[in-house]
Amino acid sequence: MALLRIEDISVSYGNIRALSDVSMSVDEGDIVALIGANGAGKSTLMSAIVGLVPLQSGTVEYDGQAICQSKHQKLTTDLIVKKGIALVPEGRHVFADMTVEENLDMGAFMVRDSALIARKKEEMYDFFPILGARRKQKTRSLSGGEQQMMAIARALMSSPRLLLLDEPGLGLAPLVVQDIFSKIRIINEESRLTVFLVEQNARLALKSSDYGYVLENGRIVLQDTGENLLSNESVQKAYLGA
Amino acid sequence: MLNFFQLILIYAGVYAIMAIGQNCITGYTGMLSLCHAGFFCIGSYATAIMCKIFGLSFWLSLPAAAIVSGIIGFLIGVPTLRLKGDYLCIATLGLGEIIRNVATNLNPVGISQIPRAELFGYVFMSRNKWAFIILIWAFVLIFYLLFQRLLHSRIGRAMTAVREDEVAAASNGIDVTKYKIVSFVLGAAVGGIAGCFQTAYTLTVSPASYTFMVSVMVLCTVVLGGMGNGKAVILGAVIIQFISYFPQLTGLTNVIPAQAKQMIFGLILVVMMVWRPQGILGRDRFRYGSARRPLFAKKKEAGV
Repeated sequence: MALLRIEDISVSYGNIRALSDVSMSVDEGDIVALIGANGAGKSTLMSAIVGLVPLQSGTVEYDGQAICQSKHQKLTTDLIVKKGIALVPEGRHVFADMTVEENLDMGAFMVRDSALIARKKEEMYDFFPILGARRKQKTRSLSGGEQQMMAIARALMSSPRLLLLDEPGLGLAPLVVQDIFSKIRIINEESRLTVFLVEQNARLALKSSDYGYVLENGRIVLQDTGENLLSNESVQKAYLGA
Repeated sequence: MLNFFQLILIYAGVYAIMAIGQNCITGYTGMLSLCHAGFFCIGSYATAIMCKIFGLSFWLSLPAAAIVSGIIGFLIGVPTLRLKGDYLCIATLGLGEIIRNVATNLNPVGISQIPRAELFGYVFMSRNKWAFIILIWAFVLIFYLLFQRLLHSRIGRAMTAVREDEVAAASNGIDVTKYKIVSFVLGAAVGGIAGCFQTAYTLTVSPASYTFMVSVMVLCTVVLGGMGNGKAVILGAVIIQFISYFPQLTGLTNVIPAQAKQMIFGLILVVMMVWRPQGILGRDRFRYGSARRPLFAKKKEAGV
């Protein structure tokens, strides 16, 4: 069953159309990747899902319920997040002046049960040992890869059903990106967490995903399983440098 | 000399209360608002009108001033708090001036001969400054403790998150607009209370005392002391008032022109921004997890 369903959404910034009639769906338990070049509209799509940019037309449905609709969009970002969608925004958006632990506490802002928060934090420190080692450090002093892990851990603190990752590999060394993707796969397998990610590193993203979409100039031009897309000729030519 | 010293203490108290409100808006939530003079004005006028025209006691006008300022803060905040940074700054600057101009147009002379405040039969005479000093500083302490508590509460934590990164705050389930408004309304209400004390002390209100310069001075106080730090803004208020009255205090009014004050404030702002942007005492780190320990516990925050 589709956990997230996007139907014919369009988004414009002034006169510039960023997304035109994009439709896609993310099935529960899957990792779904959206790939595309710079300016294709990937981040806009992410922002639209959580209500950070208004839709011009179309609907975003989560768990059978409309969360964003054109014109009379009812839910604000915090309410969408409360429904169980966690977003790791592009460029990480960590609370740089807070320690790792305080950041994780912030991630659990909606959780009122302090025992659960403590348990979740321990889980995160086990899963990302580097965060455990740096829990009292200001996030500003962490490396880019560590900050990305922390942003993911922070998003997981609220025990979401759907994790949205906007360019988790942005500006990171290839080895670090691989490490992050392997973590994402483990999270997906262990807790059946649905993941929808946007990524420039098409090869890695498609290899890790069950299903993939290709976005070009604000339109979905291709969609298939991750494997099929990897062997697709036009994808190879345009995104994999083959 | 002693007279001016007492005056400094009284005005430092009034400004400390205002600065606590401004600190909630600018220090906790990171909104650059420049209309504290407006809230100060509303609080003063509310007190004057309640005491003089409706004959209410000072102690009833105190919460009334806070409520009226808070409501006006809410009405101003809902449309303007969508703006960010410079735009919010300009919008609030304009609103502060609008409030003053409305007051001027209604009655350019203001209201005078306002009844004195009383407490258990004791009348606060303007001559007896010590009584005022105790009264005002008692309230400074109360608001300091209340806002300290607020900073380390769930609400304070949300405000801190909004200040640090709005996108991150929203994606962690924090209603950014709501907490901005809460912060703005609380700050406005406290500004109104400062106005209430001002009226109780001077027993007159006149639109000329709520100029843009007051807003700048309050902001200066917060920046000088340390944004987001309750103790620091109180220290800032004392320093700023001391500088303000320095010529009178030393009897050098003939030597130091009155405009020197404004130049010094400008200089302070620039110097602080360049060399010590965190203020004299720096920011008070929020500590939500350990907020339940005593308020005056020794600082043992692990250095970074």
